Amino acid sequence: MTRGLIAALAIARKDLRTELRTKESLNASASFALVILVLFSFAFDLGREEIYAISGGMLWLVWSFAGALIVNRSFARELPNDCLDVLVASPAPAWAVFLGKAIAAFFLLILVEAISLLPFGLFYNIAWYDSAGSLLVVMALTTWGITVVGAAFSAVTVNVRLRELMLPVLLYPILIPLLIAAMGVTTGLFSGDAVPGSAAASLRLLAGFDVMYTALALYLIEYVLVG
Amino acid sequence: MREKATYVLGILGTLLMLLNLKTIFLDLPNEAAQGAIFRIIFIHVPAAINADVFLFVALVASIMFLAKKNFFWDSLAVSATEVGVMLLCVNLATGSIWGRNIWGVWWAWDLRMTSQLMCLLLYLGYLLVRPAIGEPTQRATMSAFISIFAFADIPLVAMAIRLPNVRTQHPGPVLETGTLDALYRPPFIIGIFVLLLIGAALTLVRLHQETTRREIDSLRRELHAI
Amino acid sequence: MLAVAAERVWKYFGDYPALRGATLHTKRGACLALLGRNGAGKTTLLRILAGLSRPTKGEITLLGQSAGSHESRRRVGYLGHGIGVYDDLSATENLVLFGQLLGVNEPAKAAAAALELVGLTRVKDGLAREFSRGMRQRLAVARAFLHEPELLLLDEPFTSLDDRAIAVLQTLLAGALRRGATIVMSTHQIREAMELATDVALLERGQIVYSGPQTAEMLADPGWLYRTYGDKGAGDRSARS
Repeated sequence: MTRGLIAALAIARKDLRTELRTKESLNASASFALVILVLFSFAFDLGREEIYAISGGMLWLVWSFAGALIVNRSFARELPNDCLDVLVASPAPAWAVFLGKAIAAFFLLILVEAISLLPFGLFYNIAWYDSAGSLLVVMALTTWGITVVGAAFSAVTVNVRLRELMLPVLLYPILIPLLIAAMGVTTGLFSGDAVPGSAAASLRLLAGFDVMYTALALYLIEYVLVG
Repeated sequence: MREKATYVLGILGTLLMLLNLKTIFLDLPNEAAQGAIFRIIFIHVPAAINADVFLFVALVASIMFLAKKNFFWDSLAVSATEVGVMLLCVNLATGSIWGRNIWGVWWAWDLRMTSQLMCLLLYLGYLLVRPAIGEPTQRATMSAFISIFAFADIPLVAMAIRLPNVRTQHPGPVLETGTLDALYRPPFIIGIFVLLLIGAALTLVRLHQETTRREIDSLRRELHAI
Repeated sequence: MLAVAAERVWKYFGDYPALRGATLHTKRGACLALLGRNGAGKTTLLRILAGLSRPTKGEITLLGQSAGSHESRRRVGYLGHGIGVYDDLSATENLVLFGQLLGVNEPAKAAAAALELVGLTRVKDGLAREFSRGMRQRLAVARAFLHEPELLLLDEPFTSLDDRAIAVLQTLLAGALRRGATIVMSTHQIREAMELATDVALLERGQIVYSGPQTAEMLADPGWLYRTYGDKGAGDRSARS
């Protein structure tokens, strides 16, 4: 167990180090998020009130798109030189390899989200920093959900033809309940007029999603990684 | 043996369906509030119930494959999933037609239909990814994994669309409560069995095809090895 | 005790059996050359031994522990078709990472020692991406020997290596044999393999059809084994390749 966690952290550090060095998915994901944020202002012609009403939905659409770009690379990064074989053959258990990848993807996506909050506040004049603490909680819970399912499907599709196309097809339907809850609670945070009880119910759903899929993925990933 | 079972189930289902259609269209009176269109419920609801049944069968088969690595379970999983997806489509189409007649719109984001649609999207992903995986063991393993992830999502979808702050344009679920008049109960229950029998027959047909496909694939590999 | 004991191992891909009851016993300290044509199942068998794949049927013990268990993974070194090295990490970072995963006591020290062995100390902080092909291969060899494995599994080790890497690998293999390690290597380049091999096994359509010590006939005539135990005619083709 502890050995597994140490291995997971070593793999997460490795992923973060190579990604910060090459910035392959980081640059793509962050600039993609920026482009969509700009496009949204042309997609809808909105007044003050309406911007607040769609703010949470807009943010999480942007972030989940950005997330797909991040998790796509998660296991694909192991393909050159057959590095995945060496990881799986090592004494690190399969769940630890997976956990390391999910942790790295989590921090990368959080970084992209943090970067894109700046233009979001700027373009749409939304004072997200007034509720920064609560926003961080929602971001952490939802981003973990996106990256844990995303990394799992990244492992599933890593050897599949058209992997970049298949991952979103699998990922987004599963994320629907997570995103519904995150969008609602985030909009409530920004506009300050949340339906009573909705925040607690949404957070429970987010946490439930995270716990269930983390457990499922950690338990089942060995079947995926060891053929 | 399997072929005989397929025919028996198929013929039994078809006969029962014809019988039931006669009852529904010729014997039953129009419902007071909805008129003739209410008859769609004898297909719409059984399709929804059976979709869940077949997707559950697919889940069990997927778990069994991971546990036993026997390809029968993989074939059963994909066959049952396809039938389940087909029934979901029947459910959505009939629901849409009913909505057009009663509410005047084809699609109204009603809670049940919305969750069925999301369920359909989940399993479409499963069916799309499968053919992209070439190696049979890998295909079966990945499919089983996806199937388990998809089924686990269904209760969460139901919870998510019922969150208090989710847009209220969604009308409340139809028939969340209320009972069926005794007169309508027999054709309703028979309707459930009709789709169960036909679905089972179709599953067996697909199961047979999958087995044959695996044999062909293995012969091809044998050929490459020589 | 046996280093490798594989009992009637079956592996199916779909309905196609890549291994059909392969049985292989290798003594400790032996150097086994696993021969066979393309598609005979050499890679499949080695991947199962390395814990990268699970057998459909059959029992495998490595050094007294079941294949794929944590203990056996820790004591086995694996060098597959790919070099298994991260291009965007430096030579040292690569080895330290694998040292951590393999549970080596002092990863940094072990990494430095391994780099010394393969002659990469001068470029230890250079990214693997910037290395020449031969240097990357030597780094891969260093990775496989990092934790002084008691059992080395090598899949076609000589096929893609350049001369210097082959020399390094042969020195390390000879050293490993001296300290009592066991080596299993698949190959169809019989001449290179025969220099080190003490034992030979021939895999034919998913079965071990011959297994025993290396003999003078094999050294003198690489095609002899195939002609004697394998399919008629097939041996000539693979001996040439």
